[in-house]
Amino acid sequence: MTGRPIRIDRRDFLKTGAAATGGLLLGFGFDDASAQFGGPPPPITPDAFVHIGSDNVVTLIVHKPENGQGAETAIAMLLAEELECDWNQIRTEFAPIAPIYGGPLQGTFGSMGVRTSFEPMRRTGAAAREMLVQAGAARFGVEPAACRAENGAVVNGASGERLSFGELAADAAQLPVPEGVPLKAASEFRLIGKPVPRRDTALKVAGKATYGIDFVRPNMVYASLVRCPVFGGKVASFDATRARGMPGVKDVIEIPQGVAVIADTTWAAMEGRRVLDVSWDEGEHADLSSAAIHAHLGALIDEPGAVASDVGAADAALETAATRVEADYDAPYLAHAPMEPFNAVAEVTDTRCDVWTGTQIPGLAHSSAVEASGLAADQVRIHTLYMGGGFGSRGGGSWVAETVEIAKRAGVPVKLLWSREDDLQHDRYRPASRVRLEAGLDGEGWPVAWTGRAACSSFAGLRNGVDREGVADLADPHYAIANVHFEYHEPGLPIPTNYWRSVGHSQNTFFAESFIDELAAEAGRDPVEYRRRLLADNPRLLHVLDLAAEQAGWGAALPAGHFHGVAVTYCFGSYNAQIAEVSVESGRVRVHRVTCVVDCGTAVNPAGVVQQMQGGIVYGLSAALRGRITIDRGRVVETNFHQYEPLRIDEMPVVDVHIVPSDAPPAGIGEVGTPAIAPAVTNALYRATGKRIRSLPISL
Amino acid sequence: MASITFVVNGQEETVDVVPETPLLWVLRDTLALTGTKFGCGLAQCGACTVHVDGVPTRSCVTQVANIAGRSVTTIEGLSPDGSHPVQRAWAEADVPQCGYCQSGQIMSAAALLASNPEPTDADIDTAMRGNICRCGTYQPIRAAIHEAARKLAGADTEDA
Repeated sequence: MTGRPIRIDRRDFLKTGAAATGGLLLGFGFDDASAQFGGPPPPITPDAFVHIGSDNVVTLIVHKPENGQGAETAIAMLLAEELECDWNQIRTEFAPIAPIYGGPLQGTFGSMGVRTSFEPMRRTGAAAREMLVQAGAARFGVEPAACRAENGAVVNGASGERLSFGELAADAAQLPVPEGVPLKAASEFRLIGKPVPRRDTALKVAGKATYGIDFVRPNMVYASLVRCPVFGGKVASFDATRARGMPGVKDVIEIPQGVAVIADTTWAAMEGRRVLDVSWDEGEHADLSSAAIHAHLGALIDEPGAVASDVGAADAALETAATRVEADYDAPYLAHAPMEPFNAVAEVTDTRCDVWTGTQIPGLAHSSAVEASGLAADQVRIHTLYMGGGFGSRGGGSWVAETVEIAKRAGVPVKLLWSREDDLQHDRYRPASRVRLEAGLDGEGWPVAWTGRAACSSFAGLRNGVDREGVADLADPHYAIANVHFEYHEPGLPIPTNYWRSVGHSQNTFFAESFIDELAAEAGRDPVEYRRRLLADNPRLLHVLDLAAEQAGWGAALPAGHFHGVAVTYCFGSYNAQIAEVSVESGRVRVHRVTCVVDCGTAVNPAGVVQQMQGGIVYGLSAALRGRITIDRGRVVETNFHQYEPLRIDEMPVVDVHIVPSDAPPAGIGEVGTPAIAPAVTNALYRATGKRIRSLPISL
Repeated sequence: MASITFVVNGQEETVDVVPETPLLWVLRDTLALTGTKFGCGLAQCGACTVHVDGVPTRSCVTQVANIAGRSVTTIEGLSPDGSHPVQRAWAEADVPQCGYCQSGQIMSAAALLASNPEPTDADIDTAMRGNICRCGTYQPIRAAIHEAARKLAGADTEDA
């Protein structure tokens, strides 16, 4: 998903008010939420985002939940940069549900948190600062121009007198919102662009951050839910006699999603579930297998599909090409497997439903809870807690609906916890895909045509029969190729799918960057030089490629048995090149070092950018080396980390992240590191072994 | 149900639970020590790592009956205020992203340094490979362990 550029053109962008406790309130309107759904912009409520209290605390309501991506810190930096408050006087709270925080999709996704906050949060800080300066100047009896704000106080420039923001907040709240306050130039930034430690680190190293799994309510019971293992199946019947006899088990109830065991501890609920005897109606997909899916996708790419792109005259160019190169690629289903399995606490009465959970999209958690509870939207509250990872999985509301269904029957607060087995077997998955690519090369080896077909489940919806994520990178190659034609098939499979870190790029960058490498090899040209010439009209992508080649020492001697591979990607508005240094030892792939150059526009928190690039690379490398969800008899084979094993520390390459200095507006970063690592590694393996890896995970 | 007594973070606790209950759930649900996390239930991920008589232990597969009379340290007891050298090194390196695995990572690292004050990279690989991080914080974890070793060595010098 790509974000839309921020556009602020409403006159009533910002509203202020006075808090009952004598503080200054500021609310502003994001343009992205209403624009996304085409409705009228939500009313701007003064208390929406910032509260400067008479106690000198600056409270920032963070509307982007924290799943590890660092939004809480980066968004606070944007406010503090213009407000000129002290970093330590900021307190953050996660937003409740309200239209102003994003509407039906209020949440964090699409690597959009910082880039959509960049302008409005700074404008809010600047307006508040000007109001505080005006209030201070009035107290000092001088002109506002004679005063300045610094470290949370307004200073009288002539006398050096200081009044804290807290002392001035009540006065400032009586002033009109100033219009057109200029924002700092990049050269004036004191926070933006500097590495700032995360606000949540102290809590997290002490074990004191409250995740969904940690939350408790008085009289709360614990639930474990068994769902039909076959996609599309349902409960036929069940015998709860043994489960009810287990110590600590309080009840066994059926809900639309399965059968829940309720007990006085998590373990008792899990044990009760273990002995629960359920017969399933497995439905119509009980014969489905990965092999059958692979064959189905393969048959589709033999046939014409919906046209995703058609530039020039690709067929004619292929006919007259000096050489034609064709290759088929595929990638498997993948689970997200965040470290914290899904969970929620729900408390439901006749008139109110409260849910405490870690969710990327509280807006969807809310609509799920409204539907499951049968209550009105304003009777349902979502309390957002820290997430133990998300990577796209924590957008849906499935576990919230389950918890509410159980809680409304239980009559007491319920905590539902998924097991790791539940997580791997009932996720909504990165879709499996198969792709055929064909190119025509001229006599010099340069591509004159790029064509192909993809078959890949859609989950974001079709437009003219095409899912844009399914054809990302493929229908619109980054390279200068005059004739392009690409087609797409929606395969109509029953496996539930979802956003997975970097979405369509997660597999398509592998396909596209493998294929361009194949073309370079066919042309007998160096993979970096080949890409360079074809990126002449794409200066930012060319620049990250050049820098990566320089930083990695592309072409220079490597230790014996080590080989470089390269890949580039453009996604979420950011440009990324990666060069992997790889060897094969006893038949095992070793990735020694990854040189990563990213141009993400303004790097608001460079420390956060490095974290996200390193993390994105580990996430992609885990998938490239071992990630595969296998379907057999209509169900997922893999049950736990021994069969779906992420990268471990002894396999961790050194990852060098270089950030291109830039004053351009910030682009996305949370997902940018993931796409290029698989092709960088497989392109290195080609140079190491002569074998082209066209199927993930890697098998030598 | 059985009455089982053991020491948690220096304090004696008696719990009345099914003796097969994994220590993890006794810590989390019975004693409200939620810093120790559930990740897999099969000793595959290390999120539940605590110290039992100083030895790093996966609490998700350790029956509480086997803990009777022994001493357990959790992340909450590693230091009263997050000031253990490993925690300080973790904070300085700004290791956590989502942070969910970090209690287990820190407990594994603290146990490593207690037995091996100057671990090599290979020692770190061996001691830490049981702890999965999906956010990919392994590089700062490695740096933070080396830094914690320096802090511990410095403390020893000061004490001497």
